[in-house]
Amino acid sequence: MTDKERELLLLIEKEGRMASDKLAKMLELPINEVRDMLSDLEEQKVILGYSAIIDWTKAVGTEMVTAMIDVKVTPQRGRGFDEVAERIYRFKEVKACYLMSGTYDLSVMIEGRTMSEIANFVSEKLSTLESVISTTTHFRLKQYKHDGIIFVDDDEDDHRMVVSP
Amino acid sequence: MTYVKAEHNVKLSRNVEGIAPSGIRRFFDLASSMDNIISLGVGEPDYTTPWNVREASIHSLERGLTSYTANAGLMELREEISRYMEERFQTTYDPADEIIVTVGASEGLDIALRAVVDPGDEVLVVEPCFVSYAPLVSLTGGVPVPVPTSMENNFQVSVEAIRERLTPDTKAIMLSFPNNPTGAVMGKAELEEIAALVKEHDLVVFSDEIYAELSYDEEHVSTAALEGMWDRTVLISGFSKSFAMTGWRVGYVCAPAPYAKAMLKIHQYAMMCASTMAQYAALEAMKNGRQEMEEMIVSYRQRRNYFVESLREAGLECHSPGGAFYAFPSIRATGMTSEEFAEKLLIEQRVAVVPGHVFGAGGEGHVRCSYAASMSQLEEAVDRIAAFVKNVRN
Repeated sequence: MTDKERELLLLIEKEGRMASDKLAKMLELPINEVRDMLSDLEEQKVILGYSAIIDWTKAVGTEMVTAMIDVKVTPQRGRGFDEVAERIYRFKEVKACYLMSGTYDLSVMIEGRTMSEIANFVSEKLSTLESVISTTTHFRLKQYKHDGIIFVDDDEDDHRMVVSP
Repeated sequence: MTYVKAEHNVKLSRNVEGIAPSGIRRFFDLASSMDNIISLGVGEPDYTTPWNVREASIHSLERGLTSYTANAGLMELREEISRYMEERFQTTYDPADEIIVTVGASEGLDIALRAVVDPGDEVLVVEPCFVSYAPLVSLTGGVPVPVPTSMENNFQVSVEAIRERLTPDTKAIMLSFPNNPTGAVMGKAELEEIAALVKEHDLVVFSDEIYAELSYDEEHVSTAALEGMWDRTVLISGFSKSFAMTGWRVGYVCAPAPYAKAMLKIHQYAMMCASTMAQYAALEAMKNGRQEMEEMIVSYRQRRNYFVESLREAGLECHSPGGAFYAFPSIRATGMTSEEFAEKLLIEQRVAVVPGHVFGAGGEGHVRCSYAASMSQLEEAVDRIAAFVKNVRN
């Protein structure tokens, strides 16, 4: 990974929509080079996609319920946690899945339209898996910050005087 | 409520009356009266002070640390500044008697000048520059002597320009690189030429290095770190620009003990000490603020690259500013003065920039544009400037 590639990644991690001509100027590179760099990084699966950060609580009528589930599992000989993790993360309800150190093994984030939808998923799909020993479900009550973006704040307001020396 | 206004028996110092109000004021008033403007006229970062710094100050209040500090500032903070100066700029200052924490670099400039300049002394001021240097020299009774720089020399000061203005009364020179408003920087080789002349004529150097960290293409070289310059340099810096701490008003001066002792006399009578809660914030910035500062610097550099290139595409000639967060394009091609350009741009396109002449000699024909604004604001501003320039030329 070159310094310029790293710098490019950090820029689009914050602002995925940034146009190539803008990126080219910021990085002092020809625009073709930036385009090539982006497609290379996409091919190498360093860049996996481009998405928006949305505060769903403000999108009326589309509010979702999110739960973080601590899952204890029995690792399998030769495959460790990967196989059971795969069984779990392939469900489309699973938004995120991490292997953790500490008192449980997998941290699974689930999104659903209602609490009962999530409860059903946990009782029918997750806890019935053979390797799953136990689950602890925590429902998310409020989102303060996600992916570095603060959801409830006025930090973005510019308090500066319009002209100063 | 009606207030009584003074009309009679007003007795002001001739010295103070002789000082013109800042040229920026008129622009401020005009821009403030308008809505929906994009301001590139701001001389401060667009970041809020990092949270750990704000939090440290809150914690100091919770602990009841609300009394005065030593005149020269918290010893712990001076020790951190000393370490920082050595690590970053290879120049050593004893925290006990060579560093004073001031109320912003602005106070640092004031006490530095007052400690050195006698009435009648001439102080060379490399311009364009920050608006306070010449007035502060005048307040001491000294005579500011402008040394102009120009775009042809990338706004670096030349030995010849200084030499031409030396007189038997020349006592000191004011340098400020990276520079506000031009963004110019001076490398080691260029500074060494100036240093040789300074030594030859036994001058004192006031070096305002408030933008030192905001040096994008090469490492900043401190005047005090050049050979034979430490003991004739008063270095002025602060937390405002690099740590996004303008409103806290914390700066510092570093100088050999005899200079520091003289400055401390003025500071202790005029100021007592810098604000205690702000000093605790500065301490946290020094200890744990460098990483966030570096992220801000990367972002300024990216925005500089974007903005300067876009100004050139818009048809404005622009030197490559190596530091600070200002571009200083030439507007001569439009046939307007910098004042006309700035005023028309503001009224017609609602973009605020600062006319270059307010920053002194060599500033006319340019405008200062701060790129410490969000990318979307810069993009919109550049579009509007391009439309404006195109319009003028047709």
